[in-house]
Parts: sequence; C-alpha cells; structure tokens
Amino acid sequence: MKLRLRTREAIKGFIFVSPWIIGFLIFTLVPLIRTLFYSLNEVKVTAEGVRTFFLGLKNYKDAFLTDVNYPQLLVDYFLQMIVFVPIIVSFALVMSLLLNMDIKGRSIFRTIYFLPVVIASGPVFNQLMSKGAMTFSGLANLGFVKSLQSSLPPTFARVLGMFISGFIMILWYSGVQILVYLAGLQKIDKSMYEAARIDGASRWQILWKITMPVLAPLTLVNIVYTIVTISTFATSPIIQKILVDMYRPERGLGYASALAWIYFLAILLVIGVFVLISALYRRKVRVS
Amino acid sequence: MKEKARLNTFEKNAKKSVEIVSVYFMLLLVGFVFVYPIIYMLSYSFMDTSDLVNPLVKWIPTKLYTGNYKDAVNVLNYSKTLLQTIIVSTLPAILQTISASLVGYGFSRFHFPGKKILFAVAISTFILPPQVTMIPQFLMFKDLNLLGTLWALVLPASFTQGIRSAIFIIIFYQFFNMFPKSLEEAAKIDGASTLTIFYKIVAPSAMPAYLISFLFSLVWYWNDTVITALYLGEKWTTLPLQLQRFEDMFRRIYQAVPGITTGRTLNEAIVMAGTLLTIIPLLLIYFFAQDWFVESIDRTGITGE
Repeated sequence: MKLRLRTREAIKGFIFVSPWIIGFLIFTLVPLIRTLFYSLNEVKVTAEGVRTFFLGLKNYKDAFLTDVNYPQLLVDYFLQMIVFVPIIVSFALVMSLLLNMDIKGRSIFRTIYFLPVVIASGPVFNQLMSKGAMTFSGLANLGFVKSLQSSLPPTFARVLGMFISGFIMILWYSGVQILVYLAGLQKIDKSMYEAARIDGASRWQILWKITMPVLAPLTLVNIVYTIVTISTFATSPIIQKILVDMYRPERGLGYASALAWIYFLAILLVIGVFVLISALYRRKVRVS
Repeated sequence: MKEKARLNTFEKNAKKSVEIVSVYFMLLLVGFVFVYPIIYMLSYSFMDTSDLVNPLVKWIPTKLYTGNYKDAVNVLNYSKTLLQTIIVSTLPAILQTISASLVGYGFSRFHFPGKKILFAVAISTFILPPQVTMIPQFLMFKDLNLLGTLWALVLPASFTQGIRSAIFIIIFYQFFNMFPKSLEEAAKIDGASTLTIFYKIVAPSAMPAYLISFLFSLVWYWNDTVITALYLGEKWTTLPLQLQRFEDMFRRIYQAVPGITTGRTLNEAIVMAGTLLTIIPLLLIYFFAQDWFVESIDRTGITGE
C-alpha cells in the first residue's frame, strides 16, 4: 500500500514536470546534438529537405584559420568579459550597499536603477549608442583618455573604446544584480554586525569579513547572470555574425553551427573561470 | 571636559552628515547616469532641423516640434506594429508562465526518481545560449511549415523552453517551497484530486509568482530580436524589429522620386522619437507595475536558501 502511494506520487510528479521533459528533449537536447552534427557537415537546404555532407572538423578549422573576423571577435569577447563582469558585479555591490543604508527615497532610486532591465533591447541600445546617448559627450575626447588609448596596445585600446562608447550601457546591465544583492543584504542578521562592532571591527573590516563572505553565493549568482545576459544580448557581434553566416551560401548552416558551438564553449569557459575564482575565494574565507 | 564631549559629538555629527551627503550624491549621480539616455531621447525628439544644427541649443528645444513623432509613427507603422508586438509578446509570456508554474510545482512537491538530476539540468539550461539550438529549431519549424507563424514562438514557450524559461521554473519552485503544504493536505483528505488542488488552491495563492513571471516574460519577449526575427520572418514584426530597420524603412517611405518628390534625410531627432515610441509601452508597464518588478526578488524568495 505504501509503495503504491509512492508510485502514484512519482507518476503525478512526472505528469507535472512532463512539459519540461518533452520540451527539453524536442527544443533543447535534440537541437543541441543536431547543431553539433551540422557543425561537422556541410548543410544544404534543398527542396527535398536538408542534405548533409560530412566534412569532419573543417568548419572548426575554417573558423579559426580562414575566417578573418571570428578569432578577433572571440578575443574581444574574452577581453570584454574580463573587464565588464567585475565592473558590473562590483558596481552592483557598491550600489546595493549604498541603498541598504538608512536613507530616504530608497524606493525611487531602486525604481530608477531597475528601469533599464525593462526597456533594454538590442535595437534601442544600438540607436542610443550610435547617436552618442550612451556616453557623455566629452568623455571620449578627453586628452587623458586619448593619450591613454594611443599608448595602450591595440587590443586594450579596443576594450577601452568599448568601455567609453558604452559607458552607460555597462552600468545599465546591473539592475537585476543590484536587487539580488540588496535582497541578500536585508537578510543579514543585524546582531552579527553589532557583535563585530563591539569587538572593535572597523566598517571596512566588517565589509570584508562579514558582508562579502555572506554575500558570496549571491555574487556567484550575479556573475553567472551577468555573463549570460551580456553573452546572449542581441548586440553581441558574435551573435550577429552567426545570423549573417547562416544565410551565406558559401558558409551556410554547417559553418554557422560550428560558430555557435565554439561560442557556447567560450561562454562555458568564461563561466568556469569565474566560478573557479569565486570557489577559491569562498574556500579562503571559510578557513579564516 | 564638557566642552570636549560637546566637540566630540559635534565632530561625530559633522562626520555623519558629510557621509549622508556623499551617499546621496553618489546615488543621485548614478541615477542621473541611468536616466541620461531617456532625457537625451526626450530632448532630441522634440527638436526641429534648425535646433539640431544650432550650436546654442544643447538640451532644451526652442519650441516643441512634434513633426518627428509624426514621421516616426509613419516609419514604424506604429498602430499595426504595436498590436503585433503585444500579440507576439503576450501569448508566449502567458503560456511560458503557466507551463513554468506546473513544472515548478512538480519539482517542488513530488518525489520521483531522478528528480534532483532533472532539476539540475533544468536550471543549467539557463547558461545555454539560444544560438546553439536555434539552427536546428529553425529547420524543424521550416519542415513543419511553422516559420512565420506564431507557433514557432508559442510551442517552445508552452514546453518551458522559451526565453529564459529556467528562471521562471526556479521562481515557481522557490515560491511553492515557501508555501505551506497544510492547505493542500487538508484538501487531499477531503478527496480533491491533485489537479483540482492545483487549480483551486495552489494557483490562486501563487498569484504574485504568476504576475512576476508574466511581467518578466512579457518584457523579455518584447525586447527579443534575435529569435523573434529568425522565426517570424517578415509576416510578424515588433517595435524593436521595426526600430532595427528604421533607416531602411525611412528611406523607403521618404525616398526622393525624381521629378515627383524631393527626398528627405533621416536625422537624429526622428530616430530618437522612434526609439522613444518603441519603449513607451514598456515605460507604461513599468510605471504601473514597478513594485512587482522591483520587489520580484523579495517576493519570490529567489535568492533564498
């Protein structure tokens, strides 16, 4: 009798979860494998359907060796991640710490900081950026910035350029992260702070020894969220390239599939590196 | 002695007020950075051609010129595009929310073999970029003759594989975990079926989670241009997609035809008017539902345990 109840329970569970199981198989797992398969083939869409010709790793070799743009785009992508992710996450942390202080009008500030999450779309960003509304006029023309840009190696100058032209855009990516941190800060037990203060800890010490370690899991959430949001945003040059190459007869769907898989692995690599760093940090603070 | 103490408190007070002022200054500065593009759009969209070239006019137009909006409405084909955008984003959003609630409930309440692994997979699909599955999906919809129809967006959404579905599954999972089981158990003793319990008791009490999921879903479908453009093609268009081809559309409408019309050139003001028109519906949604957006993280307990 007890077993039957458990079986019935399990069946009910499967029924509720079934939309996800079916959807995952049809719309995610099978396409994922098919993309991998296409990436090893030349794919031709004919009137009779899709025809594939096996090429091996040629598409991947082409992406790295023959393609003029793709390796550069990947390098840019990695640099962008190394620069933007720490900026966005630490900016979100600072803003949430400020918002968590005893101030009036907190809800107004929260509303303003979250606004970009609602209105941000690729074309809106593009139009604002091309018309210079995403940077402060003058920021790019400052003598200091210009001389810095010319003295840096070209790759870093590019990153600086990306940073300046999209200065506001970078901060615009931080709305969700600020709220995640703020929610975490409000859950921290106040007595912990008091105990630390009585023991003579300075605010700086409290920040590093209590607040940051307690928020560490949320930092991980924010890092992953930031990476995924930027990587899949419509303005990403790699995504643009994949979309363009899909329709190019000489490249085609097979090549675009290879680009998509490389991009996926690149995103995984970036997430992996940041997760590793934050795991090391968490281990360090747990020991002390 | 007394004097010293008073000086001390004075020093303390001064320190504190300096601190408060600098905090407000920081918050306001960042707030300004955030609204700067919106002020920019508003200001430029009301400038006529002479204001645009006038170096003395920096922020405030000499007069409120509404011609830019007329042009932008024309170029965006506003009323038709707005209607289509609402359909294209609302329908998948509703279906995605409903299916995510069922799946979240299943993961939260029932025990079945492999549940932990399945849930872990469901969450980890969040990091999967849509680009890595879109080509086979595109071909599949093409084979099924569903390209250019709403089905290409509706089907993945109904099976929780729409835009960022993983987040919505987590939202409902967390919400149902916080929700006490006692009501459901009482109903079960009264002989209600699981589906009745879900429909009559669980779903109504999960209204905050539904509303939050729907709003975020709506906004993300509204703002998506990659998947939407690929699957819907030319037949359906949305405001962001129209904005993307704004320049082409403008040229098509206002192009110079030799001998008949003189062409006009697209200026910054018209583009800004178009951009503002694209986000105005979202601004309205945000204005009326801001608490639901801003407090979503608290209300669904998504950061908790």
